[in-house]
Amino acid sequence: MLEKMDIERLDAEAVNSQKQRQVLYAPRKKIFPKRASGGFRQFKWLVMAITLGIYYLVPWLRWDRGGYAPDQAVLIDIANRRFYFFFIEIWPQEFFYVAGLLVMAGLGLFLLTSTVGRAWCGYTCPQTVWVDLFLVVERAIEGDRNARIKLDKEPYSLRKLTLRTAKHGVWLLIAVATGGAWIFYFADAPTLLKDVFTGQAAFVAYCTIAVLTATTYVFGGLMREQVCTYMCPWPRIQAAMLDEASLTVTYNDWRGEPRSRHAKKSAAQGAVVGDCVDCNACVAACPMGIDIRDGQQLECITCALCIDACDGVMDKLGRERGLISYTTLNDYNANMALATAGGTQPIDPTRVRTADGKLATALQHISLASFLRPRTLLYAAFWSLIGVGLVYGLVTRERLDVNVLHDRNPQFIMLSDGSVRNGYTLKILNMIAKPRVMAVRIESLPQSSITIAGVEAQSDGAFLVPVEPDRLRSLKVFITQPRHASADQVQTFRFIIEDTQGPETKTYTATFQTPGSSK
Amino acid sequence: MHDPHKDSHLDELSGVSTTGHEWDGIKELNNPLPRWWVLTFYACIVWALGYTVFYPAWPLLTSATTGVLGYSSRADVRSELAVAEAGRSGYVAAIKAADMQQILADETLRTVATAAGNAAFKVNCIQCHGSGAQGSKGFPNLNDDDWLWGGTPQQILTTITHGVRAPEDADTHVSEMPAFADILKSEQIASVATFVADLPKGANSTETAAPGAEIFAQNCASCHGERGEGNQEMGAPNLADTLSLLADGEEAIAAQIRAPKHGVMPAWGGRLGDVTVKELAAYVYSLGGGK
Repeated sequence: MLEKMDIERLDAEAVNSQKQRQVLYAPRKKIFPKRASGGFRQFKWLVMAITLGIYYLVPWLRWDRGGYAPDQAVLIDIANRRFYFFFIEIWPQEFFYVAGLLVMAGLGLFLLTSTVGRAWCGYTCPQTVWVDLFLVVERAIEGDRNARIKLDKEPYSLRKLTLRTAKHGVWLLIAVATGGAWIFYFADAPTLLKDVFTGQAAFVAYCTIAVLTATTYVFGGLMREQVCTYMCPWPRIQAAMLDEASLTVTYNDWRGEPRSRHAKKSAAQGAVVGDCVDCNACVAACPMGIDIRDGQQLECITCALCIDACDGVMDKLGRERGLISYTTLNDYNANMALATAGGTQPIDPTRVRTADGKLATALQHISLASFLRPRTLLYAAFWSLIGVGLVYGLVTRERLDVNVLHDRNPQFIMLSDGSVRNGYTLKILNMIAKPRVMAVRIESLPQSSITIAGVEAQSDGAFLVPVEPDRLRSLKVFITQPRHASADQVQTFRFIIEDTQGPETKTYTATFQTPGSSK
Repeated sequence: MHDPHKDSHLDELSGVSTTGHEWDGIKELNNPLPRWWVLTFYACIVWALGYTVFYPAWPLLTSATTGVLGYSSRADVRSELAVAEAGRSGYVAAIKAADMQQILADETLRTVATAAGNAAFKVNCIQCHGSGAQGSKGFPNLNDDDWLWGGTPQQILTTITHGVRAPEDADTHVSEMPAFADILKSEQIASVATFVADLPKGANSTETAAPGAEIFAQNCASCHGERGEGNQEMGAPNLADTLSLLADGEEAIAAQIRAPKHGVMPAWGGRLGDVTVKELAAYVYSLGGGK
């Protein structure tokens, strides 16, 4: 069966594996991940293209808001305290929508982790994406694993200096572009781009670029896997989220062990031989510097590149793919029990194969049922519930808001003719990007008269108040009532604020204080 | 860096190398700090030394080194204040150039002047007039519509600028009510006090019938008006309205007639300058009682 034995055995060392783990004050041992190719690598390229595309391009999307608001589709306007997202405009007091999105992101992460494991780490985490990007640059300039190891060991020469300078130069360019793209989310992108290059941009913009350039370069280029292992809380949290039905990248030692570097010879001698030929392809491909065959470990970000590496080897050997695969602990345990005769014997791969060498049908594989558990269904239900709630809130939210502050010092004023006056600060929020005229009047306060500073009353007693687009207008309102009309108790009445061009009306119940009422 | 695993002085119990120091058989373990920690520490030292060169740091006998950047937090405050001043300068110039009518007619100027006046009021005026400008006994309430010296914006401005009975200002409002204890008999004072106390109730019906009416017409009407409506030219209070500044009730009115008290307000024009008093006038006017 093992006729073709042209598998290259790599001299790879899993520098971060438990066995090799160093004391903390020892210098980091470098990792030179070998390029993997296969389905997961393809998928990662796709995810990288999408995520980087979103990050770099979104600030440049335009969205017409009718001239009164910025035309940038996604804009966090800190100076004016507005957040624009396509057709949605969020005011600071509506920030709970963002909080809701964060809760959904959290629950989504729980859902994702409990089903497909640390997929966030392996595919979409910015650290993973940018390290991947930096590795592409490194491979393009210095070559693949062996070339890089060789170059690293060489004494400094003109060639090494050139390659290293080129690599760090491109890294820095990417880092600057990364920091540069960030600021475009906070101001009009085309204007800011011009300002940045002409030295006109705000100091904070340059600061942000500098800081993000530094973090991108240091985290993505120099620190790499150390960020995940030592700095990031996710590995700890996500590990706690996993259970025996979550997918993890697993070395299926029930079919791989006993591993043998001379499988053909050993088999000929009648020894038990597993599928693993100990070629170290999985170790060489690992960007975290671990050996997945040691089992599930904290360092593993489940990027699945070892699966691609191993599948390539299995293909060459004419063996079934999946010696390393996404597997749940339940399936693994069941298959392991099969291989070890219920744990009583050492692993014998022949137990998981039929007489003609095919994998036994009794083996368990990924099934849809493992995704549908009470836990995942609950996560999904909560996630959807919050999502529906947010959408409902967004669709029905009001774009006209009113606040009335009663003067408290003094609460009322006696006038020379004996009447009583109360003062109010009326705040009208026009929360759309269009100018509107509001009609203001009061209701249910007998014999009262109302004046608003700077606004003339209409013949019907209402006040027409123009409010600028996306602005709050604050008005000083005085209401006077003859002494004999006040019943010496707190009277409640209503402010009615009506959009003269649209259907929106707001009512605010306020109180009128008199000398007798405030005892 | 020191590698403990290649050291010959290994402590048998812990497997950690020792420094070679020994006291009574107790050896000092050598657990070096992590490399990143040590590098950060050294970087901090370098940073600190650089900081002392660039910023004020080393104490001298009477002062401290100023640092090559010449930084000081006071200068920071000064420049921030200067920036704020510069930002306001356009409005300040506009308020300086405009009269009260123009300030109140322009929405932006009115808003700015009212806000600035509010700030100045909180510093200079609340000691007597109260934080809500509601006044107290002897100190006028600025919210209502009862004015001693007039409630138009210009009159308010004049009163603030020159004060009331302010000895330091030649143009200040001056008036003095005579002490009637020397002029009228005590019964006469009592009856005129009754008359004055009844004025707000509707003077028309009582004025001729009341015994105090004649005394009032002879002694008081020249300043307070025939029906007690007051005279803002001389700061004579309106006695016919329902508000009183100093005296509520017959007893208090009689006391005021016998030996009057007079309010005094400083002249603010010279202290605060043209612009600030205009802002104060705009604020007081915005309280709602202005004419």
